[in-house]
Amino acid sequence: MSYETSAHDEPYLVVRDLRVSFPTAAGPVEAVRGLSYSVPLGRTLAIVGESGSGKSVSSLAVMGLHDPRRTRVGGSVTLGGQEIVGAPESALRRVRGARAAMIFQDPLSALHPYFTVGDQIAEAYRAHHRVGRGPARARAAELLDRVGIPRPRARLDEYPHQFSGGMRQRVMIAMALANDPKLLIADEPTTALDVTVQAQILDLIGDLQQEFGSAVVFITHDLGVVSEVADDVLVMYAGRAVEYGTADQVLARPLHPYAWGLLESIPALTGDPVPLRPIPGLPPRLTDLPGGCAFHPRCGQRERVLHGRCASEAPDLAPRSSEQGRLSRCHLSHPELIFVQEILPRLP
Amino acid sequence: MTLSATSHRARPQVPAVPGEPLLALRDVRMHFPAAGGTRAAPRTVKAVDGVSLTLHAGQTLGLVGESGCGKSTTARLIARLLEPTGGQILYRGVDIAHLSTRKLRPYRREIQLIFQDPVSSLNPRHTVGTIIGTALRTHRIVPPHREVARVQELLEIVGLDPDHHGRYPHEFSGGQRQRIGIARALAVRPKVIVADEPVSALDVSIQAQVMNLLEKLRREFGIAFVFIAHDLGVVRQFCDRVAVMYLGKVVESGSRDALYGTPMHPYAQALLSAAPNLATTRGAPPRARIRLVGDVPSPVDPPTGCRFRTRCWRAEDRCATTEPTLTPTAAGLNTACHFPERLDPSWLEVA
Repeated sequence: MSYETSAHDEPYLVVRDLRVSFPTAAGPVEAVRGLSYSVPLGRTLAIVGESGSGKSVSSLAVMGLHDPRRTRVGGSVTLGGQEIVGAPESALRRVRGARAAMIFQDPLSALHPYFTVGDQIAEAYRAHHRVGRGPARARAAELLDRVGIPRPRARLDEYPHQFSGGMRQRVMIAMALANDPKLLIADEPTTALDVTVQAQILDLIGDLQQEFGSAVVFITHDLGVVSEVADDVLVMYAGRAVEYGTADQVLARPLHPYAWGLLESIPALTGDPVPLRPIPGLPPRLTDLPGGCAFHPRCGQRERVLHGRCASEAPDLAPRSSEQGRLSRCHLSHPELIFVQEILPRLP
Repeated sequence: MTLSATSHRARPQVPAVPGEPLLALRDVRMHFPAAGGTRAAPRTVKAVDGVSLTLHAGQTLGLVGESGCGKSTTARLIARLLEPTGGQILYRGVDIAHLSTRKLRPYRREIQLIFQDPVSSLNPRHTVGTIIGTALRTHRIVPPHREVARVQELLEIVGLDPDHHGRYPHEFSGGQRQRIGIARALAVRPKVIVADEPVSALDVSIQAQVMNLLEKLRREFGIAFVFIAHDLGVVRQFCDRVAVMYLGKVVESGSRDALYGTPMHPYAQALLSAAPNLATTRGAPPRARIRLVGDVPSPVDPPTGCRFRTRCWRAEDRCATTEPTLTPTAAGLNTACHFPERLDPSWLEVA
């Protein structure tokens, strides 16, 4: 690409100590509290977490989509070397769509109901390319074809409501790909879809990534989807990363008790059904976070850590396993051992 | 006090017939009028088009399928929120398909519904005590002076703080609101609970909490469930028997293990193959990978013969002319397909 500016060894997307807070009458609500990760070209990072974990809020910050009047964003986000946090709107407009694009859970609310699908994709293309209507329309048809929409030329003139849910999500993906972005952020792109359609869309995103070699951030609450798409996984809880590793590592040998709790909550499709062991209690309110580790009030392992450290001292995100590159935010000294001996045998 | 305690006043009781299924749907149809028809040739949406199901006391029957397959309409028919346009809904042998509102009353008590979205099914202006108390009063479950105590007992059964009966729905989290909906259903001592996607709006950790609560109710109170979910894992966890629906019809039904283990209908196979299975990451063998093409056809104008044939890789001429009926194909399994076939696990790419 002509705008390739990233330094040689630097991953395409680098997030460092990202903080996002919303001022409210009751004081600032910190939705993201110091998040760091990076995604090189050609890899897919899944960010996993439940409602309020900060997974979507952090991704909006990566796109520079937070309103500076209502949100405070701190730390650093670089896309191919260019800083996003604090960048002026004019600079962000050149980045959005061209370097980074986003697809959302609900394509119906992300597409304009009054304009044809063809016009919307062509507009996205012309926002970054000085071309006439004809070539832009041809590009739109080519994109619809690429995302697997039959009869693309005819469907250019149809409106979003004339497409089914899965086809609409394909339109969204076509629009996101219009300018060959190097980073694609997919925020729960298949959550509203039926399972057979979800499988089609996951396959499509995987194929496109292979073809274009872009970096993908895939936000989801569904660990099953993670197992299908991700190279790397970041698990978030209460605005922070609590575990990081490759998908195989995190799904097969997780280190953090929160990740254990998630796995124990998900029924399997094979094997003898075993009782689910849900995480007790509720996620904390962001306005009223517990001291120490944010997960400790719900954690079944806190008795194992001496001197009540879980309640008094917030653990760092640090290597806690012999495996290279794995990080976990937990005081437990031998999480691998506990997982293999106690958790694994009772997983669904 | 338990659910089996007697009430203070005689209620009309639904007669019990031994050996009879608690609930049976016989060829039930629900055709909604659609735009564009004429009086001579009316157009209808065939949301449910000839569904037969049985449910025995204490059993759990899962209904799975994708958007538009008719599973939620079936739930509403069972609870008689809708009057079917054809077929019979037998509750203990009595056809309740066309009963008047007044005659339905005892059945309404015995068949309760819980919904996906607890927010829209709870009145925001009423306290939890009022919401549950109304159900108690409507069906005269306890004398008025016992009402508050009973509400508190119910809150405790569903895992909420009994002292919170004076709070409003918005003061609770999503999972807690679903528990309120469950307490309300439980208040009238139902025999059957129809649960329409009861956990799909909840976060994973909360979803498992609510699943365990439903399991407790079924065990302790012997309530039978019709459990509707698009999440195949959740249905497998909870249900003894499962029926797979496609475009208003049951295409395959049977015991949980038969249906998840050796499905014979191509749609059931495709559905199972599309669901991500986490156990695979821990060494479970990967399953056949089937990717359906295209979309579900319109229920206004479904395909002739077998409704799945337009997306089926096994379809032949016969499938367009003759509609297959549910027939036994394997131990504990009924399949509506002209070419039922076990999927070879080594067959990793089809369709």
